[in-house]
Amino acid sequence: MKEVLRFEKIDLTYQAESGEVGALRDINFSVADGELIAIIGPSGCGKTTILSLIAGLIAPTRGKIFLNGQEMKDSNKTNVGYMLQRDSLLDWRTIHSNTQLGLEFCGKVEASYLENVETLLKTYELWDFKDKYPRELSGGMRQRVALIRTLAIKPDILLLDEAFSALDYQTRLLVVDDVYRILRQENKSAIIVTHDIAEGISMADRVIVLSKRPGSVSQNIKLGFKKEETPLTRRSLPEFQEYFNKIWKEFDADD
Amino acid sequence: MPMTKKKESMISYNQLSPERQRYLKSKQTRKRLIAITQILILVLAIVIWELTATLGMIDSFIVSSPTRMLRTILNFHQNQLLFHIGVTFLETMIGFVLGAAIGIFIAFILWWSSFLAKVMDPYLVVINALPKIALGPVIIIWVGAGMQAVIVMALAISLVVTIMEMLSGFINTDPELIKMSQTFHASKWQTFTKIVFPYNLHTLFNCLKINIGLSLVGVIAGEFLVSRAGLGYLIIFGGQVFQMDLVMTSVIILALLAALLYGLVVVIERVVIKLFLK
Ligand SMILES: Nc1ncnc2c1ncn2[C@@H]1O[C@H](COP(=O)(O)OP(=O)(O)O)[C@@H](O)[C@H]1O
Ligand SMILES: [Mg+2]
Repeated sequence: MKEVLRFEKIDLTYQAESGEVGALRDINFSVADGELIAIIGPSGCGKTTILSLIAGLIAPTRGKIFLNGQEMKDSNKTNVGYMLQRDSLLDWRTIHSNTQLGLEFCGKVEASYLENVETLLKTYELWDFKDKYPRELSGGMRQRVALIRTLAIKPDILLLDEAFSALDYQTRLLVVDDVYRILRQENKSAIIVTHDIAEGISMADRVIVLSKRPGSVSQNIKLGFKKEETPLTRRSLPEFQEYFNKIWKEFDADD
Repeated sequence: MPMTKKKESMISYNQLSPERQRYLKSKQTRKRLIAITQILILVLAIVIWELTATLGMIDSFIVSSPTRMLRTILNFHQNQLLFHIGVTFLETMIGFVLGAAIGIFIAFILWWSSFLAKVMDPYLVVINALPKIALGPVIIIWVGAGMQAVIVMALAISLVVTIMEMLSGFINTDPELIKMSQTFHASKWQTFTKIVFPYNLHTLFNCLKINIGLSLVGVIAGEFLVSRAGLGYLIIFGGQVFQMDLVMTSVIILALLAALLYGLVVVIERVVIKLFLK
């Protein structure tokens, strides 16, 4: 299968006023086309740092990152979609206009992309709300709008950074299910960062567990779920608990 | 951004529970009472002023009186009242618009370059603390004793406040929104026009509401010094020749002008917010 992303011996050290902060040490992993990867690890272990590297917001201290087989240069404008914890919709723009924001930033306000946005809005039941404002939508719907804003630029890979942690538990389960279906339907590769073990297992094809800071890969587990098994259905499968226990133990061992 | 809760009044009255109706009614009564009292105070003040003046209890030569002021107003083609109002209005508007435009521009530059912002910080603080009126004579010598000096005076008073207010607004834009724009590799200019500036429209209008008053202060102070035209000039001139009617009339008109200009900013704010923020 085609490889979308590869990390080769990545080290990252932040220079802070108080001294050097080693955030990542010798990170190696790769993501295949259409694969959903969950990165799980305790707070401060460098999960966001990994995503920032992929998005080209920071450059590695050592090591190489390959996107679609090409090595990333620091000035490289990578075509990745990044979803943050908060939906960050602009209050003063309509839903439709919000979903076009990414295109405006990337200079892709072209007919083909705009049509894609319309299709996405229609497919994911937001067309009726296109002229509404973010505050008129529920948290779950807002997150879906943010996802469409990200999908609009047709990214090679999606990065989700604790994208559901601002939602209340019940909404979260539903939104996770929702996002999973959308990612599958659009056949997107994605890296889902979370500190919630269950959430990671429920969404991913593979789980990468990071150790405490400086983060390094302590486990790289391929999950045996079928693609049709969505997060909600997975949660009631017996394997789910097995995976959970396995990763949980690893977390315990860290302490 | 908060929304006005106007929906209430659109719901027809009889759909509401009696408790709600009573509550709304008592609110409305109170509002009306406040308005009536406000008007009453004004009317009473005018009546007492007029009465004590005609009864000779106060010297209307020194404190003037409503009828004397009315006479001054009606006499406008002789004392060129309209001309002077026009001058003050024009100077204030020019000073205000320039102050806002230049202030926003400099704030934008300082937002762009945090290095410059850090460098300028102590200077801004000191210049901000300086009573700008002290610059009056300097300004007159530098730009000449005319309308331009008055405008510069207005500018001097409102500019630094605008820079500091707007800069602090720009800098305090929700970092999550900035990060979102960065994830799309937005340019700095895009981040400014699409996020930082619209996010700070409310800051801008709060700033403008303060500025319109400050500009007027600058204009009157400038007119005191330049002494050529405008309400400030009328007040100084009237004081020198002991025409208290003219002085008091000018002061009252100035108060009305100040309120009008403030109202103007409020109206513009409503229109702009409606157009751009909803
Ligand atoms: N810009 C930075 N400067 C210095 N240290 C940083 C910076 N960003 C993150 N760190 C540190 O690097 C470590 C990893 O951060 P992060 O990737 O945000 O962790 P996570 O997302 O897993 O919670 C943390 O200890 C954090 O304090
Ligand atoms: Mg994080």
